[in-house]
Amino acid sequence: MTHLFDIFVRSIFIENMIFAYFLGMCSYLAVSKTVKTSVGLGIAVTFVLLITVPVNWLLENYILKPGALVWLGSDMADIDLSYLSFIMFIAVIAAIVQLVEMVVEKFSPALYNALGIFLPLIAVNCAILGASLFMQERDYHSIGEATVFAIGSGIGWFLAIASLAAIREKITYSNIPAPLRGLGITFILTGLMAIAFMSFMGIKI
Amino acid sequence: MKAIRNYLDKIKPQFQKGGKYEKFHSTFDAFETFLFVPDRVTHTGSHIRDALDMKRTMTMVIIALIPTLLFGIWNAGYQFYLSQGQEAGFWTIVWEGFLRVLPIIVVSYVTGLAIEFAFAQARGHEVNEGFLVSGMLIPLVMPVNIPLWMVAVATAFAVIIGKEAFGGTGMNVFNPALLARAFIFFAYPGDITGDKVWVAGLTTGQAVDGFSGATPLAHAAAYQIDQIPPLHDLFLGFIPGSIGETSKLAIFIGAAILIITGIGSWKIMFSALLGGLTMSYIFNLVGANPYMEIPPLTQIMMGSFLFGIVYMATDPVSAAQTEKGKYIYGFLIGLFSIMIRVFNPAYPEGTMLAILLMNTFAPLIDHYVVEANISKRMKRSAKLTNA
Repeated sequence: MTHLFDIFVRSIFIENMIFAYFLGMCSYLAVSKTVKTSVGLGIAVTFVLLITVPVNWLLENYILKPGALVWLGSDMADIDLSYLSFIMFIAVIAAIVQLVEMVVEKFSPALYNALGIFLPLIAVNCAILGASLFMQERDYHSIGEATVFAIGSGIGWFLAIASLAAIREKITYSNIPAPLRGLGITFILTGLMAIAFMSFMGIKI
Repeated sequence: MKAIRNYLDKIKPQFQKGGKYEKFHSTFDAFETFLFVPDRVTHTGSHIRDALDMKRTMTMVIIALIPTLLFGIWNAGYQFYLSQGQEAGFWTIVWEGFLRVLPIIVVSYVTGLAIEFAFAQARGHEVNEGFLVSGMLIPLVMPVNIPLWMVAVATAFAVIIGKEAFGGTGMNVFNPALLARAFIFFAYPGDITGDKVWVAGLTTGQAVDGFSGATPLAHAAAYQIDQIPPLHDLFLGFIPGSIGETSKLAIFIGAAILIITGIGSWKIMFSALLGGLTMSYIFNLVGANPYMEIPPLTQIMMGSFLFGIVYMATDPVSAAQTEKGKYIYGFLIGLFSIMIRVFNPAYPEGTMLAILLMNTFAPLIDHYVVEANISKRMKRSAKLTNA
């Protein structure tokens, strides 16, 4: 139990997708203009992570890993399909994103319009594929660990984009030097926020 | 006074539009408004006359910082003579400390103000008083042995990236003084952590036997609980540490000035104190290691916790703006400060990073406090119209 808690806190704060690995930056920078849409995108990303990481964990452990196919028969034990992991993972992610898109369009057309092109682009969001690849690399032992890791990463991403959006709303009327307006100041802001998040680095639970 | 006024009036046309020194308009303006009350007033629209302008606010904070500064100067000298094992009179101690602290203050002000003036000049706006406080806070959060060029680089970073890039005073998202310290902390960790940096002359010279120069936090992190000075020493401040942070008595005087004049928010200070006490109490209950068993009162008296929550967390620009938000903001600062300090072996002190972290989340807290209020009032009005 403490182990799961460790993974959870670690993936939210210490190994935050944005501030520790700078993954998923494109939508993070582009959709963070208002809190409302960024909260919507944050929830969408969390949801996609929550489904894709456990599914990819199953794929990884029962199909892709060296020797994972042993459940089909003992002569399959030396088959190694791990070279297929990228394409398998991304296919799962693309399928799930299609699903999320349909759900959002049905239940919240306003959010669907606000997110625009970035909703289908979750499919190529580095944070999503990154989470699946971290799951593979860190060799989580159970589907529970993978799920907790996915929720934690999603919440960490959500916190990052929501707080950035709130700051950007606050500085809307600031007298920022003209060349820095828009993306420039957002990059600076992200760097400074990452300094603040460094407070958690090195914590061992 | 009259002569200065006449002289300024004489040279003024040269600095106005079409004059010889038109480019240096804002520099002239800064000196003129510093010396005299400007006679220009708004001609149209509504405006409020209030005695509390930015200049008064900043001056009050400086006054509130003076006790910690004076004690910091004395303590720098006192720790120096203590480390050398020598006896010295009061004024000798003060003079020694003064010589150690003054250069840091001068470097911080000169660098910061030079950049402020350059930016004001280039962007054609007035120089404002925002840096007066940051320029004083930066030396107070530095160890006395910090190399001066580092102070200059850190100040430049904080003013350019932390403030001017966001549009200057009143628009920064993060507290500039804390950014300056965080910059040194991550870029040159060797010069701001360890046992040697807190006492003047210890990085190059030798100390007498038995004098370690370690701060109470360093003792606590090494689980040498019996080495932590007694509570009254922590309170009065006869301990090694950053220049301004050691004397809690001086900080309480400053806090009283800030609260009475209404410039610092008592809500933030109070809730941060509460957060710190709560977290230390929870650690007491867990008690997994000696650090966690330190009593709450000792815990908050160590390090820069009180200095941070009185002078840094209450910064009206980077703190939460809503009244309810201030309680949440302060409480989380207290909580995270103690948590980072105890949990994170890499960082001896957590206050600086906790405040920077909450600076990040302050706008989000405000946003949701406002949203909650809107939805509450919408519900109330819906009820009234239905009834």
